[in-house]
Amino acid sequence: MSGIVTQEGVAAWLRAFAEAVAKNREYLTELDAAIGDADHGSNMDRGMQAVVGRIDGPSAGTAGGGVGALLKLVGMTLVSTVGGAAGPLYGTFFLQVGKAAGEATELTLAQWAAALEAGVKGVQMRGKAVLEDKTMVDTLMPAAQALSAAAASGAGLAEALRQAAAAAEQGMKATIPLIARKGRASYLGERSAGHQDPGATSSWLLLQTAAETLAAGAPAEVPGA
Amino acid sequence: MKKLINRPEDAVAEALMGVAAAHADRVRVHIGPNYIVRADAPVRGKVAIVSGGGSGHEPMHGGFVGMGMLDAACPGEVFTSPTPDQMLAASQAVDGGAGVLHIVKNYTGDVMNFEMAAELAQDEGMEVEQVVIDDDVAVKDSLYTAGRRGVGATVLAEKICGAAAELRRPLAEVAGLCRKVNANARSMGVALTSCTVPMAGRPTFALGDDEIELGVGIHGEPGRERRKLASAHDIVEALATAVVDDLPFGPGDKVLAFVNGMGGTPLLELYVVYGELHELLEGRGISITRNLIGSYITSLDMAGCSITLLRLDDELTALWDAPVSTTGLRWGV
Repeated sequence: MSGIVTQEGVAAWLRAFAEAVAKNREYLTELDAAIGDADHGSNMDRGMQAVVGRIDGPSAGTAGGGVGALLKLVGMTLVSTVGGAAGPLYGTFFLQVGKAAGEATELTLAQWAAALEAGVKGVQMRGKAVLEDKTMVDTLMPAAQALSAAAASGAGLAEALRQAAAAAEQGMKATIPLIARKGRASYLGERSAGHQDPGATSSWLLLQTAAETLAAGAPAEVPGA
Repeated sequence: MKKLINRPEDAVAEALMGVAAAHADRVRVHIGPNYIVRADAPVRGKVAIVSGGGSGHEPMHGGFVGMGMLDAACPGEVFTSPTPDQMLAASQAVDGGAGVLHIVKNYTGDVMNFEMAAELAQDEGMEVEQVVIDDDVAVKDSLYTAGRRGVGATVLAEKICGAAAELRRPLAEVAGLCRKVNANARSMGVALTSCTVPMAGRPTFALGDDEIELGVGIHGEPGRERRKLASAHDIVEALATAVVDDLPFGPGDKVLAFVNGMGGTPLLELYVVYGELHELLEGRGISITRNLIGSYITSLDMAGCSITLLRLDDELTALWDAPVSTTGLRWGV
């Protein structure tokens, strides 16, 4: 066993992501002010605070239903609290990851990688964005691919999550020179180049916090296991 | 910022409370999730028409809820798309068993949130169709942008589809009419001043005292060109030429001409604009057979106007003339 993703791990990830979004609220809004409508930080922060309120709220303990139900709750909360385009995009991401995860309370790395891929497919379907449109897809897609590749090569959970976060960071930085082809930033045309995409940046926080939390408490890794 | 509000964050909810207090005879207002439905909803056997979008464009959409137009409107925060839970709840509240049409303006957030709402509604067995309105010729329609924005044609589509629904036309036909209106309508706007979003507290964009933004969007999005202020004659010529040449409208066409105020422009100026438009179209052999003049799709306190032309045939004309009873549009009743 090279580490499993547990329901507790997923909850810890969501709390860490919420904390990271809160910490970077002004930064995300600043990035959005340059090429969008200056509300990404505040919208995501409002949504993730609501998520933490729900998963740690009084009714959360009785929910049951495994990782899938937990992530469905997250997705629906984001959809109803974030608004704009980020609400449906992040909402769809968590709904699709949750659907793929199903009722299990523990997932292997391969299962988790497949669930993440399903989430990214959902985001692409919702936003109709492809790589290099200067969107969160530029962060999420390479990260999901790196996670799947690491899983296929037999890497442990912690290592695979690190590789996914590294691919996410690279994808995020690669949005800087791109010309936006989706969303409000696309109206700026060439003027959108030279700015890092705010959605790609919040997605990097998502992958970064996953690397920090999802493998915590996992059994020690045996190389080549 | 000088505004008649209490706290910026309460402005949308307090305006909804005002609507509820004023118009209980016509509409019911639901808070949490926020939506407005006609007082007699759901109407059995009638296609229900639901629209929505960010607040700040009043009377669109809430002012168009009532007999002959919308069954429900979902107001978001100012200039922010409403969310799928609002749209789902509103759709459930007005579904009379003949299906629901969502009229969506083409903005990334609106389109995605309405798509999710439709999926959720369909999961619950509701029959839903969506039509996206994108009539703003100021934006280049290319593969590399989010496409043209939905503006003035939305008001016309809501009226015409509402009339068709009252006649108990089936969902597919009402949706088809909506697409027909969108395909035959074009718009463009101009800003003389910026708008100020209450939460932001300062103007959305900077415009010099002697400058205008030609092709502005209803959220203050940049237009085609920033120019020196010109006469109403010259501004109308710039707007109308862009609109006419895009479809294009030609000699012999009958049109509905809609001169819309952006929120901060007096009716006197809108009639000056209409007079200029009438003369210009006449010169091109296009006859205005119906018109609408007033502030119906606004951008908060922005000064300026937009011009929408809709090519009419007998069917669209009859549906436009059909009775409507909303707080924003009312005739024939």
